[in-house]
Amino acid sequence: MSEQLQSDFDKIVKTSKLSNEEIQFKKNFLNNFIKKGFPNRKQEDWKFLDISQIIKKNISDLSYFNDYSQSNKIDPSIFVDGLEHNKIIFINGRIEKIDFNFEDQNKIEIIDETKKDISFEYENSLIDLNSAFTDKVFKISVKKNYSLKKPLIIYHSINDKIKSTNINLRLNFELGENSCFKLIDYFADTTEKNFINIFYNFNLEKHSILKNYKIDKFRNNNLKYSLNNIEQDNNSVSETFILSAGSDYFKNEINCNLNGEYSSAFINGIFSLKENQQHEIRTIINHLVENTKSYQLIKSVLGKNSKSAYQGRILVNSKAQKTDGYQLSKAILLDETSEFNAKPELEIYADDVKCSHGSASGSLDENSIFYLMSRGLNYQQSKELLINGFLMDVVEKITDVEIKNLITNIIGLKQ
Amino acid sequence: MDTREKDIEKLKDYKYGFTTDIENIKAPKGLNEDVIKFISKIKKEPQWMLDFRLKAYERLKLLKEPNWQKPKYPKIDYQNLYYYSAPKSMKDKPKSLDELDPKLLETYKKLGIPLQEQARLNGIAVDAVFDSVSVATTFKGELTKHGIIFCSMSEAIQKHPDLVKKYLGTVIPVTDHFFATLNSAVFTDGSFVYIPEGVKCPMELSTYFRINASETGQFERTLIIADKGSYVSYLEGCTAPMRDENQLHAANVELIALDDAEIKYSTVQNWYPGDENGKGGIYNFVTKRGLCKGKNSKISWTQVETGSAITWKYPSCILKGDNSIGEFYSIAITNNHQKADTGTKMIHLGKNTKSKIISKGISAGFSDMTYRGLVDINSKAKNSSNYTQCDSLLMGNKCGAHTVPYIKNKNFDSNIAHEATTSKISEEQLHYCQQRGLNPEEAVGLIVNGFCKEVLQQLPMEFAVEAQKLVGISLEGSVG
Repeated sequence: MSEQLQSDFDKIVKTSKLSNEEIQFKKNFLNNFIKKGFPNRKQEDWKFLDISQIIKKNISDLSYFNDYSQSNKIDPSIFVDGLEHNKIIFINGRIEKIDFNFEDQNKIEIIDETKKDISFEYENSLIDLNSAFTDKVFKISVKKNYSLKKPLIIYHSINDKIKSTNINLRLNFELGENSCFKLIDYFADTTEKNFINIFYNFNLEKHSILKNYKIDKFRNNNLKYSLNNIEQDNNSVSETFILSAGSDYFKNEINCNLNGEYSSAFINGIFSLKENQQHEIRTIINHLVENTKSYQLIKSVLGKNSKSAYQGRILVNSKAQKTDGYQLSKAILLDETSEFNAKPELEIYADDVKCSHGSASGSLDENSIFYLMSRGLNYQQSKELLINGFLMDVVEKITDVEIKNLITNIIGLKQ
Repeated sequence: MDTREKDIEKLKDYKYGFTTDIENIKAPKGLNEDVIKFISKIKKEPQWMLDFRLKAYERLKLLKEPNWQKPKYPKIDYQNLYYYSAPKSMKDKPKSLDELDPKLLETYKKLGIPLQEQARLNGIAVDAVFDSVSVATTFKGELTKHGIIFCSMSEAIQKHPDLVKKYLGTVIPVTDHFFATLNSAVFTDGSFVYIPEGVKCPMELSTYFRINASETGQFERTLIIADKGSYVSYLEGCTAPMRDENQLHAANVELIALDDAEIKYSTVQNWYPGDENGKGGIYNFVTKRGLCKGKNSKISWTQVETGSAITWKYPSCILKGDNSIGEFYSIAITNNHQKADTGTKMIHLGKNTKSKIISKGISAGFSDMTYRGLVDINSKAKNSSNYTQCDSLLMGNKCGAHTVPYIKNKNFDSNIAHEATTSKISEEQLHYCQQRGLNPEEAVGLIVNGFCKEVLQQLPMEFAVEAQKLVGISLEGSVG
């Protein structure tokens, strides 16, 4: 593996316009990654779904070289209808377009941060892989007191020109005081068997609001990993919604530090899995100061041979009195072969807190099905109606009405 | 001072913290093949037992100490421990209690354990283990009438080798984790119980463990077999003298329930927890595992954990027989610098299996408490269900309370429900109690006992009283 990494890295150096300094910077990450390798089940965080095994099984060996000096053609058919939006388009790991047409250009700044180091300590080797192979890293900075008029949709697409089987993306976001930013990650995969590794850094200043929606709906054979690292100052709010349904493998990781008083984090997720899919959501919420709040709701509907895992961790620092933390994970297993794993963790060092978690899993309630059938629905309809209601509960948590409608339509739920 | 306060005053310090000055026979210090052979020889064990130990020792050499647990501890020097220590007077085993060393009797009297049958509590048969050997087992006659075997492990190896051979190591194999394997290699004594088919054991069976000698590890092994349709309730209590050093206690407990049998295993663990600065105390690294082998069998664990510097144990149930039931009720209290990482494992393999977990954790002072549990429903365990509830109570902001449940559901016919809450004693509750004339400590005691009630009521009567008192004492000084 290490030879492939090394030679692909050298090829990128040759074809790209990176400065010497940038190359040196990336080289360090490459060496770190070669040393650590892919995460595996020996690490606690990867216990349920072992990514190194999954990559081996689905793709065998990865290749990493892409020629970032060549631009790709944008296919407008992937664009989302029925919602006016700003766009960032990634094709094959290269940023083809950044378009903030609906916004005041003075209020949004785009800065090259390719050389910016990772600001927190980590053990996760996928961050090293990401930093070694991402093309350019940009920071999108929203100025003080500005609310974006329209949401931003980031299109993650791959076309058949792709050479590698691994794509890495990284973006940094900074939300100035009292700003508001809505971000949708939209996956439009047209190729198969790639491993996509996404890493976002968010910095939320006082009173700012972040809403991030990740939509992975259409069935594809790609493997995806996404990490959101969120730093929150006083009174800031972050809302994350994850629809995890399309890829063969998808792990969403949210790492949220509530650094400011009265800051709050909301995470809502849906797993809707079928044949051979294996998905995971892992969250870490660090309550570091007083009066912070977090809320998590994760629901799974699991079909044949599918597997979902939820690892949620709430950590309450000894200073963080009056913390309010809540986790709930529920799963419906539709088939003998489906599997649900959960590890909802509480780690609490302060006494004046309200923290609780709940987890429940099982099959669809026969009594409810009977009730519906006695009112004239057939078995299949009753099942669908129950699942619809089960998932609608999560979608209802989305605070933006326009986006809620969009997501309801994409999933195909009935209001 | 009224009587209640007097009681509290009397018990303020660890009242079991005395040592008994008694002559000991010890194995040479350190862990090697010779020591294992020495232990086996002094106990006059047959060859198969020695082979069992040596197999475990071979395996042990390959194993590393696990390190995923939350409470970290300084490295234990396994070569600097005595693996066998026995009172000299036990060398030629006394035939009756009258021949027992009076010093030993005195010790157990001080501990409140009645070895002389006339001083007994209402019919509890006791097996007392002092350091490495069992010193006395009471009520033998009565039990033999019913065909029940209740004796020390060493005696069972001599007198009932078939049963021991058949079941020893079937629930905790010699190739298990580090501490279990260590125990398999060097275990010295423990209790053995066999309840024959269809017999309901007429009295509570009980073992009392006492570590006395310094620099000694205690490694006892308990094996309980409940044959078809039988029932037994078993109690275990433990204490140790106050010492500055940390002492290791690594026991193995194996329970086997055949068709329609029920085993109820209760523990009140009150090892010396170390002083208020966290110096000394017992490391309690125990492996307890029950196997519901037959149909409709039931195993129920109840534990009250108040002692030990570090508690690290997960009494587990393997629900292999169809319709079998596993239960786990636990109260764990940590104060000062104590640390506990405890919980259970419920492994559902048979159809229609049910398990229930109720865990109450209370942490005060600078202590740290972790509930860690696994509920695993296998794909063949159709129509199984689990209910888990773990609540934590925090007193003060220097302590920690953590919950780490692992939930694995591989069967769509089965249900798992898990709930956990963490909170503190609310001002309103305290205020209400104080208004009615209780002082703050009494109020806290009352509220805590209410918090623990679900578990306390699972204990046999005599134990419940002791446990209730312990709960109060363990939290002394944590209020205000």
